[in-house]
Amino acid sequence: MRRFTSALFLLGLGVLIAAIYQKMGFHASGSNVGQAINAVAADQLGAANFVTSVVLGYRGLDTLMELTILFTAATVVALVLGRRKPSAKRDPDAGFVLQAGADLFFPLLLIVGLYIILHGHLTPGGGFQGGVILAAAFFVPVLARPGTSIDHGWARLVEGLAGASFIFIGLLAMLEGKSFLTPPPGQGELGALFSAGTLPLLYIAVGLKVGAELAGLLAHLSETEAAE
Amino acid sequence: MELLTLIIVIVMLASAVAVLLLKDFLSALAAFSVVSLGLSVLFAILRAPDVAMTEAAIGAGLSSLLFALALRRLGLWRIKK
Repeated sequence: MRRFTSALFLLGLGVLIAAIYQKMGFHASGSNVGQAINAVAADQLGAANFVTSVVLGYRGLDTLMELTILFTAATVVALVLGRRKPSAKRDPDAGFVLQAGADLFFPLLLIVGLYIILHGHLTPGGGFQGGVILAAAFFVPVLARPGTSIDHGWARLVEGLAGASFIFIGLLAMLEGKSFLTPPPGQGELGALFSAGTLPLLYIAVGLKVGAELAGLLAHLSETEAAE
Repeated sequence: MELLTLIIVIVMLASAVAVLLLKDFLSALAAFSVVSLGLSVLFAILRAPDVAMTEAAIGAGLSSLLFALALRRLGLWRIKK
């Protein structure tokens, strides 16, 4: 019975993908929203990376909701895992390669993550990608030496401030009578580091929040005692 | 370029099958992250560098790490002293 339902599911999935392929082809796009945004995004928002102008400009509220989902997920993980027993055994320190690698890679990962966040409005990347790299930078040392742990107070402070500043920047637009998260006029030169209005600030907030949240989540997961 | 795409797709399919067949959980996890890595290269070939970066960082890196930590917690991956 289970095999039959699996086969049925596979068949349905295959028909679905074949239908999409039949309609669209490999390289074609199904709608013309992309062309419309490509035509107006550079003038309206001044971000050289149009993906950023969609993520933070045209669909900024969606990004706020994504951050909320991430926050909820991290909170639930912390709730489910609970507190560590003080008597539980810790994992032994990792080998020489991982320890030396963690020390060497920490500054490099930090720079790459910050670069990707700060240039999110110019080149591919942005707060989410750079935030994950920041989280990795802070988590790899924990993997190398499980005895030391991340300071959760700092992570929570950064996370809360970053999330609050995202909403605060959105509210600033409402003070001027525009709708929530509307970028201010005067975007600067297209492609310059200081351009695109509030979009870089929003991406910094997103990056710090994602980084602190994921680093805390991973550290919490690794701190919980392993099953014997 | 089509040859490269074909090779990547074959590698992805092979590692997806390997995830199902491998007995060792950690090896299956490594094969799983190869699928994500291949997908991120495919995104880059399709000129979606933003999505490619997200897939590489979150799909290949972070989710594999999460799975590995979950295996450790469940006792399915033991560290030899």
